[in-house]
Amino acid sequence: MIALTPDEWGIVSLSLKIGLVAVGAMLPIAFAIAYMLARGRFPGKLLVDALVHLPLVVPPVVTGWLLLLAFGTQGPVGRWLNDWFGVTVMFRWTGAAIAAAIMAMPLMIRAMRLSIEAVDRRLEAAAATLGAGRWRTFATITLPLSLPGIMAGLVLGFARSIGEFGATITFVSNIPGETQTLPIAIYSALQLPGGEAAVLRLSILSILLSLGALIASELLARRSGAKVAVHGV
Amino acid sequence: MAFEVDVSRRLGSGPDERRVALAFKAGPGITALCGPSGAGKSSVLNMIAGLLKPDRGYIAVGDRLLFDSAAQVDVPAHRRGVGYVFQDVRLFPHQRVRANLRYGGASGAKIEEMAAFLGIDHLLDRWPATLSGGEAQRVAIGRALLREPRLLLLDEPLSALDRARRNEILGLIERMRDTVRLPILYVTHDRAEADRLADRIVEMPESVRN
Repeated sequence: MIALTPDEWGIVSLSLKIGLVAVGAMLPIAFAIAYMLARGRFPGKLLVDALVHLPLVVPPVVTGWLLLLAFGTQGPVGRWLNDWFGVTVMFRWTGAAIAAAIMAMPLMIRAMRLSIEAVDRRLEAAAATLGAGRWRTFATITLPLSLPGIMAGLVLGFARSIGEFGATITFVSNIPGETQTLPIAIYSALQLPGGEAAVLRLSILSILLSLGALIASELLARRSGAKVAVHGV
Repeated sequence: MAFEVDVSRRLGSGPDERRVALAFKAGPGITALCGPSGAGKSSVLNMIAGLLKPDRGYIAVGDRLLFDSAAQVDVPAHRRGVGYVFQDVRLFPHQRVRANLRYGGASGAKIEEMAAFLGIDHLLDRWPATLSGGEAQRVAIGRALLREPRLLLLDEPLSALDRARRNEILGLIERMRDTVRLPILYVTHDRAEADRLADRIVEMPESVRN
């Protein structure tokens, strides 16, 4: 059993809070984009597809810098948030959640898109012949059949969120109790003489959390594959 | 109740492009739509059900117009009141048999009655993946009938079944023909099957390459 200090528990709970808020807030956006990419036919689809995957390949520090430009006090979104709601996300845990959400987005969209694409359109046609309009078909056929993939996307996104480092530290810095998440705390501990024990504890915890999330995501994806098989086909 | 179909549609593209066209009128009882594989029989059913839009034509069931290219009428599939039993069954895999039967909006009492009629009352709590081919086909027929359609489409419902199950489902369709007063359009490539079941037979012409 790893005995964490109260400060370290604080770091873990802050990381979990940021991860949960990030995937919770990103869920409807990611699902809408995934559905559009899986089902939609529109000009510029390839570009949208590439753009949503950008955070996966661009150096995270660049993503963090772009967030700084957008959400900073002089940035378009930052100024709007401040003028209308009196809210600032700079150097706040909410900013860390935004960075985490952006970095988790590609993984979430990918898993959700695959599961929506795997839903058999012939079942939706069958639902229509039974009197179901577009929304009822979506709610009773498309959504439940793609649910395991949506859950897998959530779990993967959550794992990515709590591991987020580069964009977060660039965007909201390293403030203990506010923006110091698990990986940033590990990095800070590494800089301190005698911090190895804390690094070891927090690293083991990180690995366990990530491993748990990956296993959960894999189990959900397998369940998704088994469920969408259609009898007689 | 009578129904009338006069549709034409281009299928495929490039060198495979061909045109499917069919016109006929039929009354109550079973009308068999016969023709070789690939003639476009299933496409005609899809057009009647509203799942495929004809390039031009006319579809009416009783006094209700479902599609008319000239008058720009195209009733969406979910409002057509046309029941469809698919060749590949298409039970919803995430719903038990009872929920599949209930999907069209039938009450519990009607479901029990239909299940007894089809001999599937012992299957109501099963998942579709655990059913045999014949059982799944009976559930699919029940699901379509419980919607109380004005016309029932059956697309080669025996094709995936072994001989014993074929006879079982054939007997069931005969009972259905005699008890449920509903026009049925039955697609098959098997002439003997059509002769046994149908009140009239419509020959599907070969699709024409453009």
